[in-house]
Amino acid sequence: MGRLKTITRRSFLIGSVAIAGGVAFGAYVVATPHANPLLEAAGDGEAAITPYVLINASGITLITPRADKGQGAYSVQAALIAEELDVELDQINIDPGPPSPAYWNTALADEAAAFIVPSGGVAERTAHGVLSAVMKTIGMQITGGSTTVPDGFIKLRQAGAAARETLKMAAARETGIAMAELRTEAGRVILPDGSSLSYMELAPAAARITPPQDIALRGPSEWRLIGKPMRRIDIVAKSTGTQSYGIDHAVDGMVHAAIVLNPAQGGPMNGFDASEALAMRGVKDVLQITGGVAVIADNTWRAFQAGQAVRFDWGPAPFPATMDQHWDTLSGSFTGEFEDSRQRDDGDVDISFAEAPGLVSAEYRAPYLAHAPLEPLSAIVRIDTDAAEVWTGTQVPRFVQTNVGKIAGIDPDQVTVHALYMGGSFGHRLEDEVVKQAAEIAVKLKGTPVKLTYSREQDMTHDFPRQIAMARMRGVVRNGQVESYELGIAMPSVVMSQMGRQGMSVPGADSQIVAGAWDQPFAIPHHRVTGYRALQLAPISSWRSVGASTNGFFYNAGLDELIYEAGADPLAERIRLCNDDNARKVLEAVGEMSGWDGALGDGRGRGRGVALTQSFGVHCAEVVEVTSTEAGIRIDKVWVAAEVGTVIDPVNFDNLVKGGVIFGLGHAMNCEITYTDGIADQSNFDAFEGMRMHQCPAIEVRGLENGARVLGIGEPPVPPAAPALAGAIFAATGIRLREMPFSKFVDFA
Amino acid sequence: MRLTVNGTSREVDVEPDMPLLWVLRDELGITGVKYGCGIAQCGACTVHVDGIPVRSCQLAVGDLEGAVTTIEGLGTPGSLHAVQAAWIEHQVAQCGYCQSGQIMSAAALLAENSNPSDADIDDAMSGNLCRCGTYPRIREAIKAAALTLRSA
Ligand code: FES
Ligand code: FES
Repeated sequence: MGRLKTITRRSFLIGSVAIAGGVAFGAYVVATPHANPLLEAAGDGEAAITPYVLINASGITLITPRADKGQGAYSVQAALIAEELDVELDQINIDPGPPSPAYWNTALADEAAAFIVPSGGVAERTAHGVLSAVMKTIGMQITGGSTTVPDGFIKLRQAGAAARETLKMAAARETGIAMAELRTEAGRVILPDGSSLSYMELAPAAARITPPQDIALRGPSEWRLIGKPMRRIDIVAKSTGTQSYGIDHAVDGMVHAAIVLNPAQGGPMNGFDASEALAMRGVKDVLQITGGVAVIADNTWRAFQAGQAVRFDWGPAPFPATMDQHWDTLSGSFTGEFEDSRQRDDGDVDISFAEAPGLVSAEYRAPYLAHAPLEPLSAIVRIDTDAAEVWTGTQVPRFVQTNVGKIAGIDPDQVTVHALYMGGSFGHRLEDEVVKQAAEIAVKLKGTPVKLTYSREQDMTHDFPRQIAMARMRGVVRNGQVESYELGIAMPSVVMSQMGRQGMSVPGADSQIVAGAWDQPFAIPHHRVTGYRALQLAPISSWRSVGASTNGFFYNAGLDELIYEAGADPLAERIRLCNDDNARKVLEAVGEMSGWDGALGDGRGRGRGVALTQSFGVHCAEVVEVTSTEAGIRIDKVWVAAEVGTVIDPVNFDNLVKGGVIFGLGHAMNCEITYTDGIADQSNFDAFEGMRMHQCPAIEVRGLENGARVLGIGEPPVPPAAPALAGAIFAATGIRLREMPFSKFVDFA
Repeated sequence: MRLTVNGTSREVDVEPDMPLLWVLRDELGITGVKYGCGIAQCGACTVHVDGIPVRSCQLAVGDLEGAVTTIEGLGTPGSLHAVQAAWIEHQVAQCGYCQSGQIMSAAALLAENSNPSDADIDDAMSGNLCRCGTYPRIREAIKAAALTLRSA
């Protein structure tokens, strides 16, 4: 990995270029909006080339710029290129490529645009165009929003096809045989007589050819890889302890660092005394950094230990000290003054309420949550006079370049980022604090590589957690049906908090405040969803499924209360209300898979709940079945169906969906971050446990492929898990859960 | 101080209260063993000491008695242990960070009990957290490995 750093970015700006005896293929020219229908989202008339295939004498390297946090993104990206390039996955190397504007994420821009305006309209298309241009300008090579697949599904295959055709052209020139008589297979161009030329041999000739632009992509019936079970390229390494992660990486001459920051996150340090720490074995120095100190030692553990021996005088946190104050802030935000968006307002909720004999109403809460990937964050940074090098697992390599450049006083382009494997993220690595802190240390130790490793406690207490959120529901039922449903959601803006740390603002409403709620596929006669932007509290960040992680619970829980009041069946009434064919099929699928015959509640302690959330364009429905036992609630089984257009790798799909369900259930069961005196109360997995093996239900997964868009599945299984669990617990016990984590109100076996 | 790791005798010069985890990772460069919590809550640091699964973050190296086996000593890409082969066959890993510990716990379970029930698997594996949620595949892979070991 990382060997492409030697290829300058400029070399990507022409179609195919010779590089030390090899050839790099760009995908296509991003031209005018009408020239290439595949690229309308990027259509601002600016030319750019996206490079994904590098062939030289030493082999074939596929560039997979979206980070692999464990979700199999490298394998999926490689498979999309290989599908058209006609190489086998065991013949290629992968490289995440250098941070480059060439790899901007148009799908993420699409998703950001969908935050702001309703789907499908002229306004949406305009916003997409504007945001794509913005994304490109700032070169947001971001991995997030389940966008790796939608972003790459066409452009990566197109890159593979362009490279393949160019290699065939090269072979035709070398041999004098017509292109039509050549075919490609397993990294070779095959001649009519059965002999062949390897792509590596052809690379120098191919480098002199301008790649063709408009190659028809193969149809689904011709796919060799897509839709078939694949073996992940990292699976052997990850099963033998030989996969090296960021935290395992070593650089010659490096020192180990640990940091201690004000436990009241973001609060100032008024003073410290490191005399005891400095006397400890292996400790080289204790340096002041923003908000705390860094201990430099010859071993990670010695650095951790010495950090605990430093004495501090801390100032207070820059946000309210108690949870009551946080909840009061949200509670006071349901007013016109804080209204951020009202993207759904069907029928006339007010008239419907005025005429109704009685209103159903309820309030819901969702806590702060840590990301807590199992690998604590780490980064190695070395800063020299006019260059810097960074080794870390990150989803935002361009931000890393910019921020390290600022700290080192050099240009972002003088910062080389080596993207390393990540032991999970869940959104944690969209932030780059650990890199900035390592750079702050490294700038004081010029020329020495500094490896900063977070302790679990540092990682959890100084995470920027998932947003805290509150919702209020009112509704009316009539004749056994849901007639009117109003949902207001209040939370601080995640986008504002997160982008604010990068010195950016995002104009307009933050539609993450209502994501997973305003755009659900239900035609309720009177229906209104309003987002309220609360004042900023603790700093927050994107957590797997972002706004939908709280709102999927709020929306479905509110709907469940109305359906119950109407005396209807939770699944049947959702299907009746559903106004989207693909969503209805997803609901029908989980009904069929689970043999749904009602929510049970048969007095024997069993209960079922159902929920559907559309997030990131994916309709995902889940049925959860529980039994209330002496030892507590046991989750017996979960059935999941999701519509993703095309399932690229059924094995990875199944694994990711199950993981998403477990993530959603585990946090709903027992996780929260709370603050006392501005200090996080939970600092390790003893107090933030999630789901363990003995609690894990059997999970049955079905991917539906009716939709026209190809979509990612990393996040969409998370939002429906909590409300389906709450519905099941209600059916089993009669206890209505309106606040996460549910362990505050019921025990789990 | 002398210790035996993966069949090799190694000399280290460390304070006796340094956890085995950090001796392995930082002093001996054996990084298959992972740090996840440092307080016996996640199991990422699981190694075998004379075949018994141990949380190496909790074992002071000065208290170590017996030979240490890490994931690297269990099997290699060229010579897989049955549990590793099952892990590959069932494509268990997502991020993979927990899997060294999961595999070491599973291998210890199967060495004791070649036909574990679901409850046995729950007991042996509930100390190993997987934040990515690969538990269903871990369960399948353990059963598959058990079958391989029984018919071997
Ligand atoms: S690091 Fe030892 S149990 Fe977590
Ligand atoms: S595979 Fe990521 S923590 Fe288990």
